[in-house]
Amino acid sequence: MKLDVKQEPKSETEFMTGADLFIQTLVDEQVDTIFGYPGGAVLPIYDAVYRSKAAFKHVLSRHEQGSIHAAEGYARVTGRPGVVIATSGPGATNLITGITDAMMDSLPLVIFTGQVASGVIGTDAFQEADVLGITTPITKYNYQVKTIEELPRVVKEAFHIASTGRPGPVVVDIPKNISAEVTAGSYPNTFSLPGYQPNVNPNPLQITKLAEALSHAKKPLILAGAGVLFSKASAELKEFAEKYELPVANTLLGLGSFPGSHPQMLGMAGMHGTYAANMALYECDVLLNIGARFDDRLTGNLQHFAPHAKVAHIDIDPAEIGKNIPTAIPVVADAKAALQALLTKDIKTDHEDWQKGLQHNKLTFPLWYDRSDELLSPQWLIDQIHKISEGDAIITTDVGQHQMWTAQYYSFDKPNKWVTSGGLGTMGFGFPAAIGAQLGAPDELVVAVVGDGGFQMTLQELSVLKEQQLPVKVIIVNNQALGMVRQWQESFYEERYSESLFIENPDFVKLAESYGIKGIRIEKETDAPEMLEEVFSYNGPVVVDCRVVQKECVYPMIAPGKGLHEMIGVKR
Amino acid sequence: MKRIITATVQDRSGVLNRITGMLHKRQFNIDSISVGKSETEGISKMTFVIEVSDHQNLEQLTKQLNKQIDVIKVSDITDKAIVARELALIKVGSNGHQRAEIQGIISPFRASVIDVSKESMTIQVTGKPDKVEALIELLHPYGIKELTKTGVTAFLRGHQPKTVTDLHATPL
Ligand SMILES: Cc1ncc(C[n+]2csc(CCOP(=O)(O)OP(=O)(O)O)c2C)c(N)n1
Ligand SMILES: [Mg+2]
Repeated sequence: MKLDVKQEPKSETEFMTGADLFIQTLVDEQVDTIFGYPGGAVLPIYDAVYRSKAAFKHVLSRHEQGSIHAAEGYARVTGRPGVVIATSGPGATNLITGITDAMMDSLPLVIFTGQVASGVIGTDAFQEADVLGITTPITKYNYQVKTIEELPRVVKEAFHIASTGRPGPVVVDIPKNISAEVTAGSYPNTFSLPGYQPNVNPNPLQITKLAEALSHAKKPLILAGAGVLFSKASAELKEFAEKYELPVANTLLGLGSFPGSHPQMLGMAGMHGTYAANMALYECDVLLNIGARFDDRLTGNLQHFAPHAKVAHIDIDPAEIGKNIPTAIPVVADAKAALQALLTKDIKTDHEDWQKGLQHNKLTFPLWYDRSDELLSPQWLIDQIHKISEGDAIITTDVGQHQMWTAQYYSFDKPNKWVTSGGLGTMGFGFPAAIGAQLGAPDELVVAVVGDGGFQMTLQELSVLKEQQLPVKVIIVNNQALGMVRQWQESFYEERYSESLFIENPDFVKLAESYGIKGIRIEKETDAPEMLEEVFSYNGPVVVDCRVVQKECVYPMIAPGKGLHEMIGVKR
Repeated sequence: MKRIITATVQDRSGVLNRITGMLHKRQFNIDSISVGKSETEGISKMTFVIEVSDHQNLEQLTKQLNKQIDVIKVSDITDKAIVARELALIKVGSNGHQRAEIQGIISPFRASVIDVSKESMTIQVTGKPDKVEALIELLHPYGIKELTKTGVTAFLRGHQPKTVTDLHATPL
């Protein structure tokens, strides 16, 4: 029944609200996709979305967390800011995990939250939350729009801050009275941020010092992080490493910045990194970190981290340099600019023995796993996916064992194909991130590798997959467990499996089907190649329930508190 | 070690919250913060007195402050020729015949009595923090009923000497 609520008659033509103005600013920023969810405080904005006749695509999630992780996946793959709209109060608070995730992993997001009307802010009004207060520690910057006049400027600034320097999330809180306000105006959007001037070009003196240090090095090593990806410097990195025969290790988030199959590539370093990469970090005498932040999952016990090395660090964020590791040669710069400067230098290379030793480690201590004759071996499964997709898919993951196996076994040869939650380790990230990635890269194959645990945190987004007709392949690495927790309990808590084994899981095939999506279950290795072929040649979304061995552990491993050279599980 | 850090910041809403939140999150011990408008419209000046554990910690502090979008300039002025002042209001218990005694104590500090009642008097003192501390110490025996301090505010002297060795001895 439709209630007869009296409405002011409006002329169809010529009225503009703050929300229309807001939409115009998004169009000016060339936004093509918005991830959002409506509610009371953003009704004026959604009305403007409706009336804007789709200058962009709006993707309606089924939970605001789905929106923001999708925006993260979009940003990671396209390099452009992901845009999110949510309502005030619960809409905004549902974004908190994703905002924190984007902050930790330096992803450019611009998030618009509705707010109660200016006049009632501070009165605990219906669906009021102190969004500025809550998001201050988890954003690069945040705003509350005070007047309609400043709206265009604030939006422009927000996009600028989110996407330049070290990228990060920016929140713009818009009170409802401002988005509803009728205006005839167009207002200036010029801004000045005297306190925000990211330094892009390296200091030539530091580059000279770095070149000298590398010339004297007997055991040089490059550690390449996500900074290389953000600055689109993969080609420069490859040229530099090849020119001076420098071995390369990657951080988890840096995968893809240097070809996984390259002979100079030692693989991923850190807690579940390769023996070759971790021992190289332990033994090197000059360590060049490009765009990584020496996270503790990478370094292990700091006392044993690169103990013999002179450390050089290229980073656009000066605060990361020297934060965890004393740094002899700091280079505050964009990775691409720094590598270009380094490429003009004459660097002597005299480290043949070192290279031989590293190759020896690579060959002698490769990653290993056991095959299984019952269920699938999870590492083998990732290997198969790599084969079938020819190593060329965009891969998103959730968090847990399956994430580490994917990082280990899906060798990335190209940049910006790897989407994972590193710093925050957010379960529930992987599947919605794949939705955003597919929207950002419609012509590419997108595969979400998720755990049976994490998938259940955001699987409501299956509706979006169906609604938006996105051909994402969802691979559930189903071990009937919170596998990573189970592994730590096995290793460090004498197999007391406290709350980590699932007694009940849904029938994921039927679940997918109930959303109108094709579901498949794979239980045996002998069936797998053919069934996966079917999955990957299917023109549409598929959810694949892959039943894998529960007791598998991720190896090798640096146990907590241990050093790089104290890995366990290096050999079978 | 105690450092005096000044920051020039854009006067935007939430800036103090953002900065103190960052200091709290990164576990810096704040002795005092004072904030006020500067000579330039839209620009404020903050003065922090912060305890840091070592040089690396100090470097992190200035870098994290500099990283804030609203922060235009950060200076560690601890080892420079500076003027640093704070103001304290001290209410002490006093009956009639103690008053003259207290007057005698405070006059070398160039402090002044700004309020008197039957059982108490309120003293205002400005100066370097160690001077203010010294006076508070001397007034303790009379019973301090209430005490409030503004925190240090500071800037560089007009003239900076070539050598700073002498200044290291008395940082405040
Ligand atoms: C939101 C959230 N809650 C809890 C954790 C802790 N945690 C890390 S891995 C993991 C297990 C994940 O299980 P699953 O998704 O099935 O992946 P698996 O490890 O089995 O591959 C848990 C609970 C987390 N990372 N994120
Ligand atoms: Mg699992």
